[in-house]
Amino acid sequence: MKALFDWRPLALVPALALGALLFVPSAPTWLTLTVAGLAMGMMIFIMASGLTLVFGLMDVINFAHGAFISIGAYAAASVLLAMKVQVQAPSLGANLSAIAAAVLAAAALAGVLGLFFERVVIRPVYGDHLKQILVTMGGLIVCEQLILVIWGPDMIPLPRPATLTGAVLLGDAAIERYRMLAVVVGLVVFASMWLVLSRTRIGLLIRAGVENTEMVEALGYRIRRLFVGVFVAGCALAGLGGVMWALYQESVTATMGMQVMVVIFIVIIIGGLGSVGGCFVGALLVGLTANYIGYMAPKLALGSNILLMVLILLWRPRGLYPVGK
Amino acid sequence: MIGALLSGDTPRSRLLAALLLLVLIGLAAAPWVFPGTRALNVAAKVAVFIVLAASYDLLLGYTGIVSFAHTMFFGIGGYGVGIAAAKLGASWGGLALGVLLSLVLAVVLALAIGLLSLRVRAIFFAMITLAVASFFQILASQLSSFTGGEDGLNFRLPAVLHDRLIAYYIVFASALALFLLLLRVVNSPFGRVLQSIRENEFRAEALGYRTVLYRSVANCLGALGATAAGVLYAIWLRYTGPATTLSFDIMIDLLLMVVIGGMGTLYGAAIGATLFVVAQNYLQDLMKLASDAAKGLPLLPELLHPDRWLLWLGVLFIVCVYYFPAGIVGRLRSMRRIG
Amino acid sequence: MAEPLLELAAVNTHIGQYHILHGVDFAVPRNQLTMLLGRNGAGKTTCLRTVMGLWRASAGGVRYDGRDITRAATPDLARLGIAYVPENMGIFAGLTVQENLLLASRGGPPDERRLERIFGLFPAMKKFWHALAGNLSGGQKQMLAISRAIVEPRKLLLVDEPTKGLAPAIIGAMIDAFRELKRDTTLLVVEQNFHFARSLGDTVAVMDSGRIVHTGTMPQLAADEQLQRRLLGLSLDSHQ
Repeated sequence: MKALFDWRPLALVPALALGALLFVPSAPTWLTLTVAGLAMGMMIFIMASGLTLVFGLMDVINFAHGAFISIGAYAAASVLLAMKVQVQAPSLGANLSAIAAAVLAAAALAGVLGLFFERVVIRPVYGDHLKQILVTMGGLIVCEQLILVIWGPDMIPLPRPATLTGAVLLGDAAIERYRMLAVVVGLVVFASMWLVLSRTRIGLLIRAGVENTEMVEALGYRIRRLFVGVFVAGCALAGLGGVMWALYQESVTATMGMQVMVVIFIVIIIGGLGSVGGCFVGALLVGLTANYIGYMAPKLALGSNILLMVLILLWRPRGLYPVGK
Repeated sequence: MIGALLSGDTPRSRLLAALLLLVLIGLAAAPWVFPGTRALNVAAKVAVFIVLAASYDLLLGYTGIVSFAHTMFFGIGGYGVGIAAAKLGASWGGLALGVLLSLVLAVVLALAIGLLSLRVRAIFFAMITLAVASFFQILASQLSSFTGGEDGLNFRLPAVLHDRLIAYYIVFASALALFLLLLRVVNSPFGRVLQSIRENEFRAEALGYRTVLYRSVANCLGALGATAAGVLYAIWLRYTGPATTLSFDIMIDLLLMVVIGGMGTLYGAAIGATLFVVAQNYLQDLMKLASDAAKGLPLLPELLHPDRWLLWLGVLFIVCVYYFPAGIVGRLRSMRRIG
Repeated sequence: MAEPLLELAAVNTHIGQYHILHGVDFAVPRNQLTMLLGRNGAGKTTCLRTVMGLWRASAGGVRYDGRDITRAATPDLARLGIAYVPENMGIFAGLTVQENLLLASRGGPPDERRLERIFGLFPAMKKFWHALAGNLSGGQKQMLAISRAIVEPRKLLLVDEPTKGLAPAIIGAMIDAFRELKRDTTLLVVEQNFHFARSLGDTVAVMDSGRIVHTGTMPQLAADEQLQRRLLGLSLDSHQ
């Protein structure tokens, strides 16, 4: 009796994409929209994955998650502005190395801040959800204000590196280069998380801990130590997501993290609180929906996420891939 | 007699009573004590936000639920008045209809949100309310023919409400009445059950109270309070728009007011709202002075910049959650016990 | 006589404002199976959880193998050789049988001989090695829970109602398994099934309203029907 994989939620993604083909008149447009949707979904997944994992494992909700996204974006902006030469060079290698440096800086800064945040802000309120919501909201406000103190209130423009601007033509379809990179990065992040969770002992601990923390301790593991690591990883992922998102929007503002939080919450609710796989599918669905509806009925685009969430909750009230607890 | 008016929930601290009296007198005599349109605007805003914050305290402090949809109800009240006045003209009938419809809509929405998501954990509920409020914000900005979009609605009301003095006293008297009403609610048997549910839900269920029902009713009452506050604000401003009612910043401001003032006391909401609105308008001037004085020093001018006042409030907020869960009011009351 | 492996002295436990254990005293002798009996709500589960550090004793002390473990953290107790099998079995439904056992063997992949022993006691574990633990039947889950507890050498097994909700045929298999385990491990088992208790128990402690109301040997209790009725409201002879 091999483990049976619940394929239906995952099947929604190609189903949605193919369904959209019925409404989008031309195939090239469909292709452009689909890649755009996948790219957006990947970026949202990266930003949201940390939050859902932290919640699933530690039962902690970090409303300040948006601040880590913003911080990652700002760190990247500083690095990319300092590496103007590599960014503007017409070489893919130089461009990617600049982005890699920015990503490293963003993840590192967000991770270190996450360490501080867990110890000082979150640890005193483990187990008290009300206080967690309040305290992390306070943290969000303070972080956002500190960003304004350090980097100033003006929007920082963040142009994409030279070889990643513009689009390639696949037949008649224009596919933005940067979006293709976003899809690749998203897949790499997801694959890495999947491998860690399913093939490593730490992954085993996390999966077990998400179900039953007490039992993991009763088996002899000091799982509280793992919490810190997972929290820091979650913040680092937020920082990474912030970099990708900032380059996507080609600008960095102090409130960008907070603005994307609503979408992130919708995605992790759709996916099932605590499920990385669910978060992945949910993010792709949200990204695709936003782009298809944005083309077909622009007025509905902004609210489409919420409608999608309602539909999915009607089908599966606990999300696509609920995790026990 | 004062005790009966306050439903038995007295300040229980000389300093607190003095502060509340100061606020009451200040608001009652505002047109004379604080001359000028800016001061009167601040006073009206204080009155409105006292009701808004108090109704939020009913949810947060007394029932223990964090909702991010409160500003949505604030907006429903404002838009009810605005849309009615814009579409039906400046008549009392139109105004009454607008108010009635917004109250009904508020109850329906609150019930829907409550019954659907109060069964689930606090975090889920908070996120759902955030999503719903966000959706409402989108609706308000998209249905611009109806709601005036991002610019909002400017409208005319029955002529007598255009007199600043009369409008102010209507807002003040209504706010006072609503606050006393809320005081009555939290000190009723219903309010006491709410508090016991907040303390220990498991036990309350075991004692036979259907907690979901109580929470839903509390949710509706809170929503009604916010809607009423929205109506008052719209009457005062003769304007409704997303920035003045639905913005998430206002939601954050409410959290700050209630927590710093003191959760679960209602008086805390009053003090918190007063301090916040006054500080928002006058503290920033002070901060500007300090920031200019610190010019040349590293970081300090930016930290003291008037636009950064939210930073300090945020820090104060966090400190309160950890060390002063009963906020200013709690601190004042405990001081009395020591002294 | 050797010192008991586990000893509770005047243990009080509060959960929130509820006072559950009111001064519990009893000892678990080495290499024997001690049955902890009592009506529902007597505090038996609370006892086990207090020993395992999942709930903190508000007064009194717990000694294990000569050391005071009253304030010890749960993971440390597991490392000292105490295994805990909770009432709801605590298996990880989203992990396979293999992964459950892998997790339980902290020192690396499970020892071959111990695995053989487990397969001998519970052949189903071998059969469903790659199956998701959540898809197993109730009895198989219980077998997995116990397998997990013994995949590494343990000195003390705390088991909470192992036969709860199991079919009589499975209970028979459980009795055989526990008899085998008794040979080299000390066990403290909470039970409501008296047939099971009588077949396996060497020592017995009976709880009522958070207190120990009787300690002694199982043959002693089994022989005295009046005592049984007084303590448990039932005769140990009734097959359940």
